[in-house]
Amino acid sequence: MEEKEKNINPDEQQEYVINMGPQHPSTHGVLRLVVSLKGEIVKNIEPHIGYIHRGIEKMCESITYPQIIHLTDRMDYLSAHINNEAVCLNVEKALEIDIPDRIKVIRTIMSELTRIQSHQLWWASFGMDLGGLTCFFYGLRDREKILDIFEETCGGRMLVSYNCPGGVMYDIHPNFQKRVKDFIKYFRKILPEYDQLLSGNVIFHERSKGIGKLSLEDAISYGITGPTGRGSGFSCDVRKHEPYSAYDRITFKEILHTEGDTYCRYITRIDEMWESMNIIEQLIDNIPEGPFAVKMKPIIKLPEGEYYQRVETARGELGVYIISDGNKNPYRVKFRSPNFVNLSVFNHITKGFKIADLVAIGGSLDLVIPDIDR
Amino acid sequence: MRSIINYLKEIIFGVWSLLKGMKVTGSYFFRPSTIVTQKYPGNRKDLVMFDRFKGEVVMPHNEKNEHKCTGCGICEINCPNGTIEIITKSIITEDGKKKRAIDKHIYRLGMCTFCALCVKTCPSNALAFSQKFEHAVFNRALLIKTLNKPGSQLMKGVE
Repeated sequence: MEEKEKNINPDEQQEYVINMGPQHPSTHGVLRLVVSLKGEIVKNIEPHIGYIHRGIEKMCESITYPQIIHLTDRMDYLSAHINNEAVCLNVEKALEIDIPDRIKVIRTIMSELTRIQSHQLWWASFGMDLGGLTCFFYGLRDREKILDIFEETCGGRMLVSYNCPGGVMYDIHPNFQKRVKDFIKYFRKILPEYDQLLSGNVIFHERSKGIGKLSLEDAISYGITGPTGRGSGFSCDVRKHEPYSAYDRITFKEILHTEGDTYCRYITRIDEMWESMNIIEQLIDNIPEGPFAVKMKPIIKLPEGEYYQRVETARGELGVYIISDGNKNPYRVKFRSPNFVNLSVFNHITKGFKIADLVAIGGSLDLVIPDIDR
Repeated sequence: MRSIINYLKEIIFGVWSLLKGMKVTGSYFFRPSTIVTQKYPGNRKDLVMFDRFKGEVVMPHNEKNEHKCTGCGICEINCPNGTIEIITKSIITEDGKKKRAIDKHIYRLGMCTFCALCVKTCPSNALAFSQKFEHAVFNRALLIKTLNKPGSQLMKGVE
């Protein structure tokens, strides 16, 4: 064996191992990828995670249910409102509280705004990953309008902490409807600009079409959800299959594409922004009257048992699993975070492509690192 | 022959797609009113934050230096990360009874996550959010604040 190795040219035989990260601009956080290369071809990727592990699940065991909500903001900070909603829905399901329509509609509108702003930031950073700095400025410029809406109603820009068990913290601001309508009007004009800038760009096509193919079978067996899974044709939209909040009373279509490459995942997200705007337009004019929060006991105690609730965040399916032993603190909380699962497919779809494609594929997976580490 | 035509077509399409993108960016030269950048900190004087903006927790005092905090400690219990600490003292009221009142309402801004649970759950609405957002200081000790002003008293009628 040893003799055999000696005869072969070491340049052909050896794999070259480099560290990408933990501090790297295109990993969007502290993710360390140990990449084995042969020349320029990626042979293997080993993600090393845990650089910003904060033990959120363990922390949840020592605090009360209303306090958990502000921690879930800090998991997937780009879909903070949807994370909050997941915990609230789970607590409400456990207590068997009927939520008034007004709260459901407010939550749905806020969730869809969150989805749009998340996809805007993704578009901005994805463009920047592929070398188009203009995208970054344009994406953030439009995102600012949604953040202003959040700031006016919720008080926070990114980490909104707007939900509480039994409703929302404050009623919507009087300007809310007008601002949202203005934004939709504005963004319907702007979104075609995104297409002209990036979607139709020949350099972008060359770098994304056919890169990082994920087949439907693999998407299902790896458990890939969200736009990444739907780009491969995996119908996994929780909003459609298991409607929560006000999603059962509106008509919207699940965006599905079948090619499964980087370009397809890109198009899925762009189409989702259009669809989110459709959802908001259906709801914004008929927010029912009523209270913005159900009166809850000052100390919330869940009955003994196990509860699970899943929601569709901007990146996939978030599951919140609570085991309660009847106290004011949960016995155990587990978050099934979409990014952790989506990261697992990174190695599989990047093998055999060039190292420059690694950045493109990583961008198209839309990883948020605090959600992986939790 | 056909492959050459396709090749040329691809080049023309490529250049056209680039020009289309440049048209978008170039058009902003001719409509500068759509540029949205704020000139911070130049506009600090007339920068107005939204009413609900969660800047920092404050305890509003009226002109007679009175606040509404009774020292019940609900904000301290509700705070998820120990930002608030209430030190109470017992005072003797005008009619000779012993009563609990706050000595210090300590608020550690450096630990606050702005979840608004303290403001929301306060039974006497003693706490509020201010719109101040420039929190940077040179000394970490300055982030520990005492919310009740020195010599302040409980507002009459608040139990």
